[in-house]
Amino acid sequence: MAESVLTLIVFFPLAGMIAVLFLPSERHNLIRWVSALFTLPPLLLSVWLFVNFDRSEPGFQFVQKVAWIPAYNIDYFVGVDGLSISMVILTALLCFLSIFASWGIDKGVKGYFALFLLLDTGMTGVFVSLDFFLFYIFWEVMLLPMYFLIGIWGGSRREYAAIKFFLYTLFGSVLMLLAILALYFTTEPHTFDMTKLIAQSGKYSTTVISFWPFDWLGWGFQHVVWMALFIGFAIKIPAFPFHTWLPDAHVEAPTAVSVVLAGVLLKMGTYGILRINFPMLPAATADFAFYLLGALGAWNIIYGALCAMAQTDLKKLVAYSSVSHMGYVMLGMAAFTPQGINGAVLQMFNHGIITGMLFLLVGVIYDRAHHRNIDGFGGLATVMPIYTGVTALAFFASMGLPGLSGFISEVLVLLGAWERYQVLAMIGASGIILTAGYFLWTMQRVYLGPPNEKYQSLPEINGRELFTLVPLGIIVVVLGVYPHAVLDLISSTLNHLNQIVIPHLS
Amino acid sequence: MDHPIQTDYLRWIVLLPLLGAGINGLLGAILQRQFGKRAISFVACTPVVISFLLSIWAFINLLALDPEKRFLIDSLYTWISLGSLNVTVAFWLDPLSVVMILVITGVGGLIHIYSIGYMQEDEAYWRYFAFLNLFTFAMLLLVTADNLLLMFIGWEGVGFCSYALIGFWYRDHVNTRAGNKAFIVNRVGDVGFLLGIFLIYWSLDKAGHGTVTFREIETFVPLIKDLEIWGIGVVTLATLFLFIGAMGKSAQIPLHVWLPDAMQGPTPVSALIHAATMVTAGVYMIARLNFLYSLAPSTLTVIATVGALTAFLSATIGLVQNDIKRVLAYSTVSQLGYMFLAMGAGAYSAGIFHLVTHAFFKACLFLSAGSVIQAMHHEQDMQKMGGLRWRLPYTHLTYLVAGIALAGIPPFAGFFSKDEILWKSFSHGLIFQWALGFAAAGLTAFYIFRQIFLVFYGSPRADPHTQSLVHESPQIMVLPLLILAFLSLIGGSLGVPEVLGGSNRIEHWFEPVFGSPGGHENAPVAMEILLMALSVGIGLFGITLAYLIYLRKTLVADTFSSLAAGVPYRLLFQKYYVDELYQFTFVRGTLFFSRVGAWIDQYIIDFIVDGSAKTTTFISWVNGLFDNYVVDWIVNKIADSTFGAGDKFRKIQTGNINSYLYVVLGAVVLAIIVKLRYSG
Repeated sequence: MAESVLTLIVFFPLAGMIAVLFLPSERHNLIRWVSALFTLPPLLLSVWLFVNFDRSEPGFQFVQKVAWIPAYNIDYFVGVDGLSISMVILTALLCFLSIFASWGIDKGVKGYFALFLLLDTGMTGVFVSLDFFLFYIFWEVMLLPMYFLIGIWGGSRREYAAIKFFLYTLFGSVLMLLAILALYFTTEPHTFDMTKLIAQSGKYSTTVISFWPFDWLGWGFQHVVWMALFIGFAIKIPAFPFHTWLPDAHVEAPTAVSVVLAGVLLKMGTYGILRINFPMLPAATADFAFYLLGALGAWNIIYGALCAMAQTDLKKLVAYSSVSHMGYVMLGMAAFTPQGINGAVLQMFNHGIITGMLFLLVGVIYDRAHHRNIDGFGGLATVMPIYTGVTALAFFASMGLPGLSGFISEVLVLLGAWERYQVLAMIGASGIILTAGYFLWTMQRVYLGPPNEKYQSLPEINGRELFTLVPLGIIVVVLGVYPHAVLDLISSTLNHLNQIVIPHLS
Repeated sequence: MDHPIQTDYLRWIVLLPLLGAGINGLLGAILQRQFGKRAISFVACTPVVISFLLSIWAFINLLALDPEKRFLIDSLYTWISLGSLNVTVAFWLDPLSVVMILVITGVGGLIHIYSIGYMQEDEAYWRYFAFLNLFTFAMLLLVTADNLLLMFIGWEGVGFCSYALIGFWYRDHVNTRAGNKAFIVNRVGDVGFLLGIFLIYWSLDKAGHGTVTFREIETFVPLIKDLEIWGIGVVTLATLFLFIGAMGKSAQIPLHVWLPDAMQGPTPVSALIHAATMVTAGVYMIARLNFLYSLAPSTLTVIATVGALTAFLSATIGLVQNDIKRVLAYSTVSQLGYMFLAMGAGAYSAGIFHLVTHAFFKACLFLSAGSVIQAMHHEQDMQKMGGLRWRLPYTHLTYLVAGIALAGIPPFAGFFSKDEILWKSFSHGLIFQWALGFAAAGLTAFYIFRQIFLVFYGSPRADPHTQSLVHESPQIMVLPLLILAFLSLIGGSLGVPEVLGGSNRIEHWFEPVFGSPGGHENAPVAMEILLMALSVGIGLFGITLAYLIYLRKTLVADTFSSLAAGVPYRLLFQKYYVDELYQFTFVRGTLFFSRVGAWIDQYIIDFIVDGSAKTTTFISWVNGLFDNYVVDWIVNKIADSTFGAGDKFRKIQTGNINSYLYVVLGAVVLAIIVKLRYSG
């Protein structure tokens, strides 16, 4: 069990995809239920992981390693540590709930669910891979279904959004591939094994390369590789100025795709930086941390919040709020303090949960009113009180109201950041005013005020929709009161990770 | 330091109202439909009453201990533990917080009961009580938290409940806007609060004892006394940051703008949240951290000045307002200013004393105003009232008692506490601040009696229909009024100063927290008596003036206001145009920058992105042409038809973009790698 649990979690959805492909395409409900059935075991198994994970061990657990392409030292090598286990759990949960949020899809049902399940496998695979080659394969596997899910089942500008998403991420993955190859060829013997690459991190040269522009920038080999990886990951986060694919992709994507896009995919950017850049290229990480993680993170917080405030499309607003909230993750990890880095990863988890709720909630109203124009509603609280209550919970969680999960991670990030960068912490902290501003303003325009004549008879949120939202709402409250449910999982790994970089800080 | 005594009942004082909030919040709609509003009131009021009884029990327990051992603690679990940061969920009680929980559960309980009558007709009865209970929980958490972060949960928690209750009647956008304003202005303060926490933790951590727990901060604060950041002492900066938080929550200038608008909420909410409890949280926080503030004399001067200015300026605004609740709102801002003046003078005990008496008489005033408003069918304009004294005998009585207490006439409660503050600030050498406070005392007496005369005396100005329907409120509302009026009458006995033959019991009670009062050194008794007489005198003068203008009409109100007409009057009536100023600068400014951000995204970044995509497409199109017309021509020349199928495949353009990207970038970085490996 312990050896193959991760493999089961990764490939159950793939098996589900194959099963779905064999089903007759007009049996919509059957396809939906089969998809749900195949995403449930990963969820249950990740609960098992949660229970059996050794919280004091910073290294990898539940490791499975099988030689795959021996000629190039490529292995099938998976395992989880504190960093990835939280992401595996998040993915399993959001994918399971997303299946139910996809119930309303009635065009090309078979294809949709098949691709969704493939996406699930790709995403989980990224988080558990310990072999760089395998990591890259999963990374690309995830990209394709996402392209089609947006491009086929999306809104009116779906093709533009899908191409934009695809090109952005492809650009990133090309750079990443080159970085992977560069690392592969500089290690003797050549290897894709991440644990070995980490162990040799001291050997990657930081001597300044003697031709332009590297001599001018003062970059060594390590910096060049770091930068190539970073751009790839920054696109995913998405960090300014690589973020403009996100609002477009979100606006066009169907609800469930938005949920995994914001809930899981964005985390791969910060996950990649922590998994690869931090331990493999610690010297470059230390050199770049202030500008490219800390300052850029603080900029993301403010810029994303300001852009969110200017939006008139509810979904675009939520998308920009992600840009803002992922800024906290970058700021936190740049601090190299226990509070900062733990806060950053907790923020990744919390943001996944909260933004998942937000997109589900936008989906609920879009399904009923068929538009998302913030100024086109008004007074929904009178018509849909339960829906409004759940929305208020999600909004205030996203605003970082103390007692809810978002607060813990934001305050840890800022507290941790304060130790190293007081000014950035102050900028980041002022972001919470802007966040309150755009969420409350939205709350007022959409939910409060006199009920809009047009929407007097909208049906209240239904049982299926509540089923997708309530578990997330419970997690939001529980983690606000008892954050150690997640902090205990992640802290020993992350504190160890900090120790790798700290000696390189000047 | 003594180890505080462990208990296991303090948690229930805090958590019981949360239970009520949970039940009513989740099941309230069903309960109300099935069992009626009585069930809701029962679920909401019982926990608060039990909390009050437990608070008395805790008070008795403290009383039984030696003064220096009066600490009780109830630790639940570790909330956050990372690195040296260790935060527990623990409630603690000392002479300071016990007074606060007695006020919160006592006055809060009365307001809960009053609300049963006041909100009877409202269909969202359950929602009202759920938030009122949640507020009580958050407020209790705020005062019993044993560390800054846990206090911050309560701090923002009360802000959230305030937001929800100001906008309780959310169908009207006036209310929801007021709620937004309250929350956002408070958030500005909260950022200051958070930065203060960070700075304290960080500097203590540098000194080897990173902590946010009050008792530990007190123990280790000598270590950071001389530490500096950006050329300022950390203690000074941290206390200033925290004071920004206090300014937001307690509506001090320049963050006072939200409180008058907050009157849009139901009147009992104004009484509980926006007069008696929540808005005093800033005062409490400073008193709680008195050991820190005492080390930062320059911060104290800032606080005293802000407090005195607030006390004076908002009293001037109160002079000319016509909305019955707005007068009281500005009065609250002004009275909170007095409390901050006390804090700034280092007279923590006097400040908390005023907090307590103010809770009695201001809650009484608001609830009485609520009784008037309900009697007048939701009319709040005092110009349409008058002559209500016979129709509302009880309300008139309670209003009068609380009004006299506010005006600072002995032996009512407000006299003792306000005078203590004025005396302490004078003897502390804050002459300018004292003068402002002194002048404000006169203004206070004037505006409250102006209000009393306009509402209860003179001839009725309401239309006959409304007039015929005026009736006294039901018993369930009158009873809390009478209790609060009684407390406004006798509350001063807690702290009768020594010059008047008292023993200032409340000051002695607070000694374990605030230390021995330092102001005893040869303070001239004659001076104290003189100042006391002066402030009673100016109070009586204010009342007389109000009497002459609004009741006797010897000095006709219109002439009076036309005397002061033109700019000064308008300035006061328009609240010094602060709202307009903020709207023009901060609100517009933020919106402007948000549009700039969105514009940059759309027209600069996306222009580059789309442009590069179009360029690539164009290049691949040219390539396609090249393939078709040049390469193919050659190929076709050499071998006619073999490659036909391949050509068609190549025309798919997106495929081409990818491969070209790969090839171009691959070549570049491969070149780098080669260069690296073979150039040493």
